[in-house]
Amino acid sequence: MDFSIIFENLHRYQEGLWITLQLTSLSVTIGLFLALILALMKNTTNPILSGFARCYIYVIRGTPLLVQLYLVYYGLSQLEIVRESFLWIFFREPYLCALFALTLNTSAYGAEIIRGAIKQTSLYEIEASYAFGMSKVQCYRRVIFPSVVRQAMPAYFNEIILMLHATSLVSTITIVDITGVARMLNSRYYAPFEAFISAGIIYLLLTILLVSIFTTLEKRINKQAYQLKIT
Amino acid sequence: MLSSEILGYSLSILKGAVLTVEVALLSLVISTVIGISGALAKKSNNRLLRYVLFLYTTIIRGIPELVLMLLIFFGGQIALNNLIFALGYDTYIDVNPFFTGVLTIGFIYGAYMIETFRGAIQAIEHEQIETAYAFGMNKWQVTRKIIFPQMALHALPSYTNNWLVLLKSTALVSVIGLNDMVRIANLASGSIKEPFIFYLFVCLIFLGFTAISLWGLKRICLHYNIDTEKVLKS
Repeated sequence: MDFSIIFENLHRYQEGLWITLQLTSLSVTIGLFLALILALMKNTTNPILSGFARCYIYVIRGTPLLVQLYLVYYGLSQLEIVRESFLWIFFREPYLCALFALTLNTSAYGAEIIRGAIKQTSLYEIEASYAFGMSKVQCYRRVIFPSVVRQAMPAYFNEIILMLHATSLVSTITIVDITGVARMLNSRYYAPFEAFISAGIIYLLLTILLVSIFTTLEKRINKQAYQLKIT
Repeated sequence: MLSSEILGYSLSILKGAVLTVEVALLSLVISTVIGISGALAKKSNNRLLRYVLFLYTTIIRGIPELVLMLLIFFGGQIALNNLIFALGYDTYIDVNPFFTGVLTIGFIYGAYMIETFRGAIQAIEHEQIETAYAFGMNKWQVTRKIIFPQMALHALPSYTNNWLVLLKSTALVSVIGLNDMVRIANLASGSIKEPFIFYLFVCLIFLGFTAISLWGLKRICLHYNIDTEKVLKS
């Protein structure tokens, strides 16, 4: 194995890393907002809202991200309505298509995590808050959300790491992320071991870094919650 | 004209769906074997074995599936031919994308299955195992008669979940050139410009697979008298 190819092309990996990090952080951030809305929609008694949320989550979680990416990137460009409207500026770019598909994907998984956490909130706490005369919004803000944050955190951190790995699929729609760089180097030099092992190492290091950040965060937040409880 | 072509390609997508199921089922078998043996190995006191298992799960969880698959597909090609060359033969072998796909997916989900079965074994009451030994059963009998039947039930929720994720990840084999339904949809949209319909069709088939799997789970739950809702939630 000849890793000098990798060292010569290290700047490409750096650019790829930047793309991967951008896609992960943007999709997770936007996806979190959508997930929150979806989770609240699914919890409402309105049949249209909850039905829509249920269908959306079922369809997105039941189909592979790869097909979703293809559907957005290749499929939407086929539709006249998309091509002849202002949307075309958006869906013309592979980067924005990828971001769109990733965001939709993570929002469905995130919604399910948040909904599960809302359900876990003790009914007594909610009843007590109503008995204290809190409005629905106040109850959500003061009672449900703080508990949801603690409950959903571990699963959500896991979802972020899954998203980091999921971004590798965007290399199939011509985006040069870390995996894209590795595939390019492999086809140029026919050096699969060097190219993909270095990509794998970058992902592994990123994962380890994220996991250590998340465990510290989790510990800190749980500690705060514990201190609040005993005072 | 166009509609008959769409129909023709849809039929080949259905054929590709059969291949998808084959890949999924074979890799499920591999991952289950890895999962059960890994879970049993984790109980053992062999330090080297535990170290190897730790390395295995870390690598699988830290590296995207696509990168692993590309590494095994392209790297395996070179490694195999170097091996053949080193053995003194002068032939060239093409690595089969079907086996690469099955092996990679089986290998990846094996890591998750280890956790599934380890948790399931831990859920078995320890007294039962001790009692079995007290009755004079040997280690194999205990594993077969006490551990396995209960492990299977405890593992069911997480096993189903792994299966659903595994099924979807078979879409990745299209990237290494295997003619599963995703790749046939690619080819079809390349030749007649109707990608939206074809990918939508593939999505529907995947949703159908999910629905069938959940129906099967319900049947199993009915048979063993367990609450399906409870299984799906956990």
